[in-house]
Amino acid sequence: MKPKTRLVEVRQNVLKQNDVVARSLRQRFHDAGIFVVSLVSSPGTGKTEFLQQTLSRVRRQFKTAALVGDLATDNDAVRLARAQVPVKQIITGTVCHLEAEMVRSAMEDWLPDDLDVLFIENVGNLVCPSSYDLGEDLRLVLMSVTEGEDKPLKYPTIFNTADVAVITKMDLAAAVEFNAGLAHQNIQSVRPGMTILHVSAKTGAGMDQWMELLQTQLAQRRQDEVEASAAR
Amino acid sequence: MHELSIAMSILELVEEEAQRRGDVRVAAVHLKLGPMSGVVKEALASAFELARESTDFSDCQLVIEPVPIVALCPACGMEQTIESMQNLRCPICETPTPQIITGRELEVAAMEIYE
Repeated sequence: MKPKTRLVEVRQNVLKQNDVVARSLRQRFHDAGIFVVSLVSSPGTGKTEFLQQTLSRVRRQFKTAALVGDLATDNDAVRLARAQVPVKQIITGTVCHLEAEMVRSAMEDWLPDDLDVLFIENVGNLVCPSSYDLGEDLRLVLMSVTEGEDKPLKYPTIFNTADVAVITKMDLAAAVEFNAGLAHQNIQSVRPGMTILHVSAKTGAGMDQWMELLQTQLAQRRQDEVEASAAR
Repeated sequence: MHELSIAMSILELVEEEAQRRGDVRVAAVHLKLGPMSGVVKEALASAFELARESTDFSDCQLVIEPVPIVALCPACGMEQTIESMQNLRCPICETPTPQIITGRELEVAAMEIYE
């Protein structure tokens, strides 16, 4: 006879551990007045180049730093350090994405004082990072013109979890006959209303618009803080 | 491929819940899975079979309950089931639907425990 079983309700998020750590990170960043931006993309989209150019610009106005995740090597941290801001590499080993706990432990012995903006570059992967909250305020998903306009349709989840889409390597757009209209249409189908930026980290085109967007977000955050403390 | 680590997290949750209920034996775990969770159903099913081997729950079954994508249509004001996450639009009026209500679930809903 088949043993009798009964059904008991559990209702627990599988990634609750990550979510708990991410929530406490977000609170900690918030209390310290740090705005956190994360970057996700496929390998080879140009995250590191984009971030290096971003850091060189952001540091003129704000105190900034970067955490960068890779399966192996600290090549990216070495590249980013050229922007003359504090950079820390997280080597994930066999793990294909960053988790909140990795960010927390990386910051245990490393968190520069009086930071305004922290950037977190995820491992190059458009699948796994979508499930893990890192405590960030703004998530950028990057795609390059050489990857094809249908990238958002192939990886809808990551686009849907991100706040802003950045189309990189715009200097190559004509050479690869990139169809910007089609790319926008695909992004809007998987994430209606998403803000889209066009940049070339190489020529600097579009970087000003990106800086404006970041400044607007920072100003908004400061205003929210003022209103929140006034309400208290 | 992060399904193996997801499978291990599910088993950790099962262990925790089984202990909390007085070390009960678990016949099956029911998982609510949305298409926008970032987890592939088939990959998770095989990862789970592999992951359970090294635990006390080596005969525990994984029952996946798919959750549809439901979004709020800003034009009709109604909750609508969306067929494809490649096309987040109201099936009635074709208005884009940014506000997702269900479809991201990755949740242990219930367990079947032996009496």
